[in-house]
Amino acid sequence: MSDLTRSTAADLAAALAEGSVTSVEVTQQHLDRIAAVDGEIHAYLHVDAEGALAAAADVDRRRDAGESLHHLAGVPIAVKDVLTTTGLPTTCGSRMLEGWIPPYDATVVSRLKAAGLPILGKTNMDEFAMGSSTEHSAYGPTRNPWDTDRIPGGSGGGSAAAVAAFEAPLAVGTDTGGSIRQPGAVTGTVGVKPTYGGVSRYGLVAMASSLDQAGPVTRTVLDAALLHEVMAGHDPRDSTSLDVPVPPVVEAARRADVSGLRVGVIRELGGEGFQPGVRQRFEESIELLAKAGAEIVEVSCPSFAHGLAAYYLVMPSEVSSNLAKFDAMRYGLRVSPDGVEVPSAEQVMAASRDAGFGDEVKRRIILGTYALSSGYYDAYYGSAQKVRTLIARDFEAAFEQVDVLASPTSPAVAWRLGEKLDDPLAMYAQDIATIPANLAGVPGISLPIGLSEGLPVGLQFLAPAMADDRLYNAGAAVERLVAERDGSPFAALAPELEAAR
Amino acid sequence: MSTTDTKLVPLEDALTRYQPVMGLEIHVELNTASKMFCGCSTAFGAEPNTQICPVCLGLPGALPVVNAKAVESAIRMGLALNCEIAEWCRFARKNYFYPDMPKNFQTSQYDEPIAFDGWTDVTVPSEDGGEGETFRIQIERAHMEEDTGKSLHVGGSTGRIHGADYSLLDYNRAGIPLIEIVTRTIEVPGDKAPAVARAFVNQVRDLMVALGVSDARMDQGSMRADVNLSLKPLGSDQLGTRSETKNVNSFRSVERAVRYEISRHAGILDAGGSILQETRHFHESDGTTSAGRPKSDADDYRYFPEPDLAPVAPSREWVEELRGTLPEPPSERRKRLQSEWGFSDLDMRDTVGAGALDLVVETVAAGASPQVAKKWWLGELARTANEQGTDVSALAITPAQVAQIQGLIDAGRINDKLARQVFEGVLAGEGEPEAVVASRGLEVVSDDGALGEAVDRAIANDPDAAQKIRDGKQAAAGALIGFVMKEMRGQADAGRVRELILEKLS
Repeated sequence: MSDLTRSTAADLAAALAEGSVTSVEVTQQHLDRIAAVDGEIHAYLHVDAEGALAAAADVDRRRDAGESLHHLAGVPIAVKDVLTTTGLPTTCGSRMLEGWIPPYDATVVSRLKAAGLPILGKTNMDEFAMGSSTEHSAYGPTRNPWDTDRIPGGSGGGSAAAVAAFEAPLAVGTDTGGSIRQPGAVTGTVGVKPTYGGVSRYGLVAMASSLDQAGPVTRTVLDAALLHEVMAGHDPRDSTSLDVPVPPVVEAARRADVSGLRVGVIRELGGEGFQPGVRQRFEESIELLAKAGAEIVEVSCPSFAHGLAAYYLVMPSEVSSNLAKFDAMRYGLRVSPDGVEVPSAEQVMAASRDAGFGDEVKRRIILGTYALSSGYYDAYYGSAQKVRTLIARDFEAAFEQVDVLASPTSPAVAWRLGEKLDDPLAMYAQDIATIPANLAGVPGISLPIGLSEGLPVGLQFLAPAMADDRLYNAGAAVERLVAERDGSPFAALAPELEAAR
Repeated sequence: MSTTDTKLVPLEDALTRYQPVMGLEIHVELNTASKMFCGCSTAFGAEPNTQICPVCLGLPGALPVVNAKAVESAIRMGLALNCEIAEWCRFARKNYFYPDMPKNFQTSQYDEPIAFDGWTDVTVPSEDGGEGETFRIQIERAHMEEDTGKSLHVGGSTGRIHGADYSLLDYNRAGIPLIEIVTRTIEVPGDKAPAVARAFVNQVRDLMVALGVSDARMDQGSMRADVNLSLKPLGSDQLGTRSETKNVNSFRSVERAVRYEISRHAGILDAGGSILQETRHFHESDGTTSAGRPKSDADDYRYFPEPDLAPVAPSREWVEELRGTLPEPPSERRKRLQSEWGFSDLDMRDTVGAGALDLVVETVAAGASPQVAKKWWLGELARTANEQGTDVSALAITPAQVAQIQGLIDAGRINDKLARQVFEGVLAGEGEPEAVVASRGLEVVSDDGALGEAVDRAIANDPDAAQKIRDGKQAAAGALIGFVMKEMRGQADAGRVRELILEKLS
């Protein structure tokens, strides 16, 4: 039997449908691959072999019985550890939630289960999704399969690395300021942040509620579209969930036709601060688009210059409030303060939060508490909200001229572990191109477009809210053009891992 | 300065030098079937932590969804208080840490309340029993929020956290919808302040009940009042420092809390002291208050718009539709009832003051006359409630049962004296009035045989009285009737006894 872990989800789905493989075989091969290479990568925090195989066996049984199944039924998947899962730990990469087993499933997780996708396990992440390198996980960093001395991006480095290292054909990530797209760019995977409200946030442990969005992490654009369809759609349990039909993303991914498509290149994203190799790959892909019949226009989004600053006020403000629930009273870590015989509730709370939260989380809680405090609210949170409005207007103006916007996803290829760990501002700057989409709620995709210094480079497309399908159309076109140019699908270029040799 | 070293100044004395300025905040639990942001039940009195879910526990990942019924109740309440209804408003997060608050923020409304700029008129009876005086209370806002859980501090003597061995948390109440009604400052003649405060709280309760949006049971905590009070020297326009007496839980206590705080503030100010801005606890037992936690303007709740909830934007059509569902305002209803019942001002005021208006209405609806209904609820039953230390409305008897008992009297089957025993039986849970009459054997005896024998004994027992009656002095019959009633343990039909006496002695 061939190596099923190298297959795309679409191919696995087809093989399962025609009966040439079983879900148990597919799932087992992925579990074997995890056992072989995850020691080197550390993409997973929890692997649920038993649960995944049981779900796979159930799908096989139902298929044998002639039941009509979802077309991804039986294709296994990895889920970022920020989504709640019944019976499986959900830690958000934090000591604070070590061993916590939620009593309920996130809506995204219940949709995966209902569609028959066996859940392989929970993937590593920066603590409570705060970071751009997955080095802020309390359980140790994830490594980039393209070079294990390098970071896999963050906060969804675990999901991206699992897919890049063939430890899962599909994964779910979440993107608050780029946590799906930036890891996608640096690991050579496809990552999509859907329109805000397009995928339910119920059961997604909130980092910043007004920015968080779950989305697909895959190796091809079509796979992302297939997964998008499973995850998306209205959820009455999330009042910010949009009650509109899911855009026809799968159809768009299959169409992959850019003739006549107006592509706007964002003047403010791609200049200084972007590595030359990244810029070069980006320009080549724009040329490929032009050759394929797309109309390339330069557009200006002047407010994007303030996006990073606004993001680092809005996000920590919401963080400071969202993380207040972790107080050692009901679940999670509880630590007694040193040298206090009969501690007060406040002392237990303080000691537990001190022990349970890492530096980056504490930094953002303090920033947010400050930004929301009464004397500074207008100057910080209030101003940041105004910038958000300006960014949304930039998008509106740009989308009057073009169908999609394009930029490099990340200014740099994967850097070395530890390189930016002591320089939070340098780390924050890695999300400069991805953040505007979160602030405005519009969808974005990142897909690999080649290598620089032997490491993947990502291209980002952005579209108007609820026009997610445009991303899949443009993304699939670029994916095909790049594969034609390089003579192989991008993922085939991935180096074999030490442990697997 | 603590309570113990504060010299209280008698109210009348204090009012010669100071003008009280009040602000009232009333929290009302709505009686929706489910909680503010989830589908959990709101039923009172369930086992601790049996009416909870990931949403009201604020578990990681759980999200709130606004209860449309609660919004409807809030709008109706706002309309009843003559408020403007916001065309668009949002919830906000009020951030602070407390163990009984699952998310460590309360989802509330801050600068965008659902209802604002209203008013209501309250009437305070005048001392001489004449027409009462009416005061207009300005409503600043009425906003929606969720209730917190409850802490139970075990061990220690005070029931407070200090000195307790451990604390238990019950989250059944967490997430129950609340409306908070906040008045603008109320500045009425000082001697009226306590009564106006009471009348306002009473009025809000009446409105809630009339609207059917809350049980407004102060004894069960479904309605709580906070009394903010400060004094300013007469003739000054300088506002004093205020104290905030929290969770006062009866109308009478509201009045007492205002009185006490006026006396306390005056004592401190007279002694040259200054008022500490703090929250205070009210003590039912002696009508005093004691210091809670210090509170300063520096309290920073770091409010910001709740990003997990879509804004609330009630359509104007809906608001107008809800306006059409408003009941008759309680004050107008009172005027109407007074005229329908032919009650005097005093009758009406006593009835309302006793909290028995609705009980009388229902008793009349069940067939009793207004005067009779009033007699029982303000007499026998009020006494019983007083003995039990509860509200008359909390007694284990329904208006229908009261009407039935009166029906038995009207039919001559029992008399007033026996009726008291029937009330006692119903209140003791012995069943419906008919059943109590049967099981206790309370029916009036009008059987001539038994009565005749008793009359004979009475005549034999008091020949002097008998002779007087024979001589035509019918008034002397009273003594003989009394004897018969005693013999028959009150169960004789007094009218028939009189007839028999007169027959036998004619």
